[in-house]
Parts: sequence; C-alpha cells; structure tokens
Amino acid sequence: MIINVARKELKSLFATPMGWIILALLMFGFGFLYLDGVNKYFEVMSGSIRPAERQGITIFVGQNVYGAANFLMTVAIPILTMRLISEERRSQTLPFLFSAPITLSEIVIGKFIGLVLFLSILVLYIFVMLSTMNIWADIDFGYLIGNSFGLILLIGSFCALGIYFSSLTSQPIIAAISTFIALFAMVIFGNYTASDPNHWFGYVSMAKHFQSFTRGVIDTSDVIYFILFIVTFLTFTIRRLDSDRLTG
Amino acid sequence: MATATLHANDLSKNFGNNLAVNDVSFTLQKGEVLGFLGPNGAGKSTTMRMLTGNLAPSNGSVNVCGYDMVNNPIQAKEMLGYLPEMRPLYKELTVDEFLSIAARFHKIPSSQIFKAVENAKDKCGLSHMSKRLIENLSNGYQQRVGIAQAIIHEPEIVILDEPTVGLDPIQIREIRKLIKQIGKTHSVILSTHILPEVEMVCDRVQIINEGTLVFNGSIEELKRQRRGNKLLVGFSNTPPKKDLLAIDGVAQVDIIDKNMRRIHFKEKDLPAEDIVIKSTKNQWGLFHIAPDITSLEDIFVQLTQIEN
Repeated sequence: MIINVARKELKSLFATPMGWIILALLMFGFGFLYLDGVNKYFEVMSGSIRPAERQGITIFVGQNVYGAANFLMTVAIPILTMRLISEERRSQTLPFLFSAPITLSEIVIGKFIGLVLFLSILVLYIFVMLSTMNIWADIDFGYLIGNSFGLILLIGSFCALGIYFSSLTSQPIIAAISTFIALFAMVIFGNYTASDPNHWFGYVSMAKHFQSFTRGVIDTSDVIYFILFIVTFLTFTIRRLDSDRLTG
Repeated sequence: MATATLHANDLSKNFGNNLAVNDVSFTLQKGEVLGFLGPNGAGKSTTMRMLTGNLAPSNGSVNVCGYDMVNNPIQAKEMLGYLPEMRPLYKELTVDEFLSIAARFHKIPSSQIFKAVENAKDKCGLSHMSKRLIENLSNGYQQRVGIAQAIIHEPEIVILDEPTVGLDPIQIREIRKLIKQIGKTHSVILSTHILPEVEMVCDRVQIINEGTLVFNGSIEELKRQRRGNKLLVGFSNTPPKKDLLAIDGVAQVDIIDKNMRRIHFKEKDLPAEDIVIKSTKNQWGLFHIAPDITSLEDIFVQLTQIEN
C-alpha cells in the first residue's frame, strides 16, 4: 500500500510541469557547481607546487557540489512538500485517501517515500555527473557513494520536516514559507557557534551532521541523527492527521 | 432475504459546544437506496463523514458488514465507496490514471485493474473520456468520475454526498439514472436537499434536522403524509361557505380565490360524491375536484419545524 501511495505521488509530480521544472533547475544548479568545481581545481592546483598542498579531484569537486546541496535543497524542497498535504487539503482531495482502506501511517510514509524517490533521481544524476571525471582521472567512488547516501538522508530529513509543516495548514504558500524558514534555520544553526565545536547547537544543526558526509566520512551518529529526525517528523505528521480525524 | 449491511448506533458529533449530529441511529439493508434528506447545515455531511471513517464520532459507533469502523477501519473501508460533497479528484491526471490509482488504493489486484477501470467507466458513461485530463472535463463528467471512483471496487455500500449539486437538469437526470442503476447491485446512501430527487431515486427516506433524525420511513409513508384529508374544488358559480359546510363530512372550508375552495374533511369521510351531487342539483358549476396534495416541500417544512 505504501508503494501505491508513493506511486501516486510520483505520477502527480510528473503530471504537472512543476516536477519537471524543479528537477531541471536543480540539475542546472548542480551541473553549474560541477563545472565550476572542475575549473577551480585546475586554477588552484596549478598554484600549489608542493605535493602536500595538492588534493584529489574527487573530494575537491565533490565538496563544491555536495557542500552546496544544503542550500539548494532548502529552496527546492519546500516547494515540493507544500503539495503533499496542504494542497490536498485545499483542493479537498484528502477524503479520497482517508476513505480508502489505507492507514494514516501508510499515507504519510507513502507520500514521503514518493518524494524521496523523486529527488533520488537527482542524487543519481549527480553521481553519474561526477563519475564522468573518471574518464580522465582516477576518482574515489567510495567518496561518491558515501556522499550520495548522505544526500539522500539530508533530502529525507528536509522532506519529513516539509511534510509536517504541510500537514499544519491548508494554505500551500504558508506551508512552503514556514518550511523554508525552518530548514534555513536548521542549516545555519551551527554557524553561530562555529567557534565552539562542542556547543550543543552544533549537534542539533543539520549542517554539521551533513558536513561529515561531504568530508567523506560515514559516522553512525550522523546516520542516527538523520533517521531520528525523519521518524520524529513523520510521526508528528501522522499524529496531526489523526487529530484532524478526531476533531474534524 | 434482506440483510443489514450498515448499522449506525447513536452517532453523535460535537464540534466544541456545537452539537452537529445528535444520537443518529439507523440501519441500511442490502440492495436499498436510502435517501438522507435535510436542510443545509443539518448534519448530513458530518454523518456521512462519520460513516466513512473520515471523522471520528464523539459518541456511538458505525458497523459496516460486521466490521467496526473504529476497531477494524481497513476491513470496514474496503466495503465502502464514498463520494464526498467536494469531489476529491486529482485534476492533473487523466480519467484512466485517476481511476487506476483508485483501483489500486482499494486493493484490486494489478491484473484486474484494467478490467475494473473499464467496467467503472462503462457504467458511468465515461468510456470516450479515458484520455482526457479531469481538469478539462465538464462539471457533469467530473461528477461521473467521482462516482466511478466510488464504485470501482464493487463495494457493498456506496455513499454519495449531494451527487447532483451544481449540475444542469439534463446532467441531473443522467446522474439519477446512474444512481438507480447502481442501486440495483449495491446498497446506496444518498444525501440531498432536493426533495423530488429522493422520491425518484430512493426506497427509504431519512430526514435529519439540526443533527436529529425527524423522519425515517419508506417513500410510501412520506407520500401518504402528502395526501392529507383535503380536496381542491372549483365552482364557476360559487356557493356560500355555509352550504359547503352543510355537506356531510366537511370539517372546514378555506377560500383560495373567487372560484376555488379547499375543503378539509374528516378521516374516512370522503365527501366528494356529495359535493358533486349537490353541485349538479344547485347548479354551482363544478369544474374541478381533486385531492389537494401537499407539496413535499411543505411536509419537509412541517417535519423540520415540528421539532422546533
């Protein structure tokens, strides 16, 4: 059943220009970062003569691309998540889902998975794009796979938060704006306490947890952080829809 | 054999201090078309939302084919097809796409989805609209898609909330025909505030007002209420009121205009023949005599206002 809900979400995304446009814009953004990274690599490396100053191309370009994913996703995901529940609420299509023999959890998780699958296309695209460097260089695929995994976790957390805000209101625009503000706060949280790496702000901030992925490290505490984040907000969403059913 | 498919027991719902539905109980028999009648804001839609599990009742329970809506919502919902007042259509999809999603959500196996979609389209007269975007369909066709979505999984019970609102008279007639057809194979609950619709389509009527059931009976019962003990009589040569009152059985005479009189008579004492005999004898010039039928609207107003 979860798969059916996810399929419906994917179908809706591709049935309107919006899905395509967002995908195209994001791909343009990441493509630009990639080219920019490759250009900069030659500039920087031609200046660094001693071997110790040199850096592999994978991590150099990869950091340029994956490091910016935070901000690109902060802009793109609210626009996608606002549709999920808020717009259904406004166009009164939720009863279609509620009166079908599906549980609330299946609806919410299905919607979540649908959107994450949609954005996984992007993750795959970035992976393929960076792999093309392998034609003339010897790149580190482990780094790319680790980062793709991290990016999917980041997308998942953003989507989970977005779905929750989407379930709070029947005004898609309000859902989008509040999601954007919340995500932006999550991303820049850590920057304020950058001088003190052990400040609790840093542990809450999403940017800090994502950074270890862009360095090429898969740390279980980061993975757990993202999974907990996703589970928490999906649970909140289910609770919220359930309270709708109870109070009308 | 008539078997009950849906039981509503003491359903109540309050929104804050506002009691929207109060102790509504009824049963739906298999193969029956039940009309749910009431003025705007009477609690029809709220009741339907509770029946379909879209809204949890504050009190009472709903039992669908033996499954309780609170304890076994999945099994109960499998038995139901629901079209809410606001059609829940994904307008960016085509008719085929939307209906196959509906089929999948209602657990129709993949191999039979195509057949189920074709079947539902066939029943609702949508076959030539398969590839059209729902957004581009007319109001009437969108409504048909809504109904198709509700019957695609051949549910035991179909619940339609004001299915003919906002349609033109021809579309209304077609939708009613469709509902009658559906009623042959499924139990149907239909809500409306249009009275003649109930008379045309339903086997049994329930009138709800301010959250309470005020009438529950067959169409015949409702019709019987319509024919009161009244005759509408027209004379071209109108006799004085006391002459009419002198006729056996006449209880009261109302003057409608120069020639028309409404004659109320006592139970089982139909004075029609006496009126005709007297009229010919006294040359009153009788040109019209017929039972005075109270319009459904009047009965409706009576029923919904007695309570107040």
